[in-house]
Amino acid sequence: MELAIIKYNAGNIQSVLYALERIGMQATVTDDPEAIRSAERVIFPGVGEASSAMQYLRERKLDELILGLRQPVLGICLGMQLMCRFSEENNTTCLGIFNEDVRRFQSSSRDFKIPQMGWNTITGLKTGLFQDVPESSYCYFVHSFYASLGPHTIAVTDYIHPYSAGLHRDNFYGVQFHPEKSAAIGEKIIRNFLEI
Amino acid sequence: MLTKRIIPCLDIKDGRTVKGTNFVDLRDAGDPVELGARYAAEGADELVFLDITATHEKRKTLSELVNRIAHHINIPFTVGGGISSVEDVKVLLQNGADKISVNTSAFKRPDLIRELSSEFGSQCVVVAIDTKLEPDGEWYVYLNGGRVKTETKCIDWARKAVELGAGEILLTSMNHDGTKQGFALDITQKLSAELPVPVIASGGGGTMEHFDAVFREAHADAALAASIFHFREIGIGELKEYLRGKGIPVRS
Repeated sequence: MELAIIKYNAGNIQSVLYALERIGMQATVTDDPEAIRSAERVIFPGVGEASSAMQYLRERKLDELILGLRQPVLGICLGMQLMCRFSEENNTTCLGIFNEDVRRFQSSSRDFKIPQMGWNTITGLKTGLFQDVPESSYCYFVHSFYASLGPHTIAVTDYIHPYSAGLHRDNFYGVQFHPEKSAAIGEKIIRNFLEI
Repeated sequence: MLTKRIIPCLDIKDGRTVKGTNFVDLRDAGDPVELGARYAAEGADELVFLDITATHEKRKTLSELVNRIAHHINIPFTVGGGISSVEDVKVLLQNGADKISVNTSAFKRPDLIRELSSEFGSQCVVVAIDTKLEPDGEWYVYLNGGRVKTETKCIDWARKAVELGAGEILLTSMNHDGTKQGFALDITQKLSAELPVPVIASGGGGTMEHFDAVFREAHADAALAASIFHFREIGIGELKEYLRGKGIPVRS
C-alpha cells in the first residue's frame, strides 16, 4: 500500500513514519503533489503552531491539494485542527473540512494544567477508525487548543469539558491524540485507518 | 479523565544504561531500547532517557540511540543530558524524541528556554530542576548534577522557566533522591499549586504509598523513579493497580 505522510513545517512527523514501520508498513514523507495525490492513504500529522503551518501550506498550494484528496486522509493533532474551519491560535482560517472550530483551553484552576499532557480516555467512538477499539480506551494527548463538539465528532474526550478527540467527514478523518504514541491502542487505530 | 503518569528514568552512558537492573530475562539489560520497550509493555506512561556521557562522541551516539528508541517504543519519551542549543534539540527531535529536558544550560542562559519553545513549541521543552532544602528552610536550585549550589530559590526559577516557555517541570529533590523515604511533598505541592504547567516529581519514591502521597497530597502530574523499577522492587503494573485502588486516576 502506498502511504504518504505530508511534509510541512511541523514537528513530530518522523514519529508517524516510525509507528507505521513498527506495524510493518512503509511510508513516504513528502510534499510532492503527485506523490500525495497518488497515495492510497494520506496522513497529515504535526505538532506546532496553526497560523505558520497554514501559511506554509498555502504558499505551496498544499491546502488546495489536501481539499481535493479523495482517498482516506488522517489528520493528527495539529493536522486535525488545521482541517477544521477556524482556530483561535493566532486567529487562523483553516481548511474548513470540518466546520467545528478550534479554541484555546481556558482554566483558572491548577487542577487543569495547559497544555493537557498525558493519557486520557476516548468515548462515543464511531466509524471504522475505531473498529474494535473499546470505549474509554486511553490515548496520549499533548495540546493547548481543542476542537469543539459538533456533527462530525466521532470520539469525545473530557478535559475541563468534553471536546472532539476525533472528527470525520467523507474521506477525511482527524484525531486530536497521537496514535503513533498511544501504545497498542494507537497501533490498532492506525491499522484501522489503513483498512478503511 | 486525564491520568497521573508513571515515568521510569534510564541513565545512559555511551549508549548503554548505567545502573544495574534485576531484569533476569532481558537479552541485554544494558540496552536502553530493550529495557524501555519492557517498561512500555508493562504500562509505563512515558520514559525519560538521561544521557550522562561526557565525551565529544556524545552527540552522535545519543542521536543514534534516540533514533533506535523512536523506532521501537510506542509511548512518548524525553531525552536529557547536556543539551545546550537549538541545534542539539533539532537533531534529537528529528530523530524522534518527543520532548527534551534542559537543566544547567538553561539556568546559565535562560533565553535557551525561549529559543527552544518558540522554535519547537513549549510542549516539548521540559525544564529539569535539582533542588535542595537548606537549613534556612528554603529550597535552592543546584546545578551540574547537584554539585554546584546557587542562590536562586527553586520556586523563583520554576516560575521564570515557565514564563520563558517551559512546558513541564521535572523537579528532583536532592534531599530525597536515593533515600527511598518518599518524595518531597512540600516543594512538589508548592510548584504544582503555583505553576500552570505539569510538574513531574522525582527523587525518593521507594514504596507504592509514596506514589499515592505525591499524587494525592502534592498534586504532582507525574512521578519519576529509576532504581525501584530497574531492580524490580515495584512493578509498574502492580503500582498502577495499587493507585487505582486508592482512587488515583491511572491508565490501565
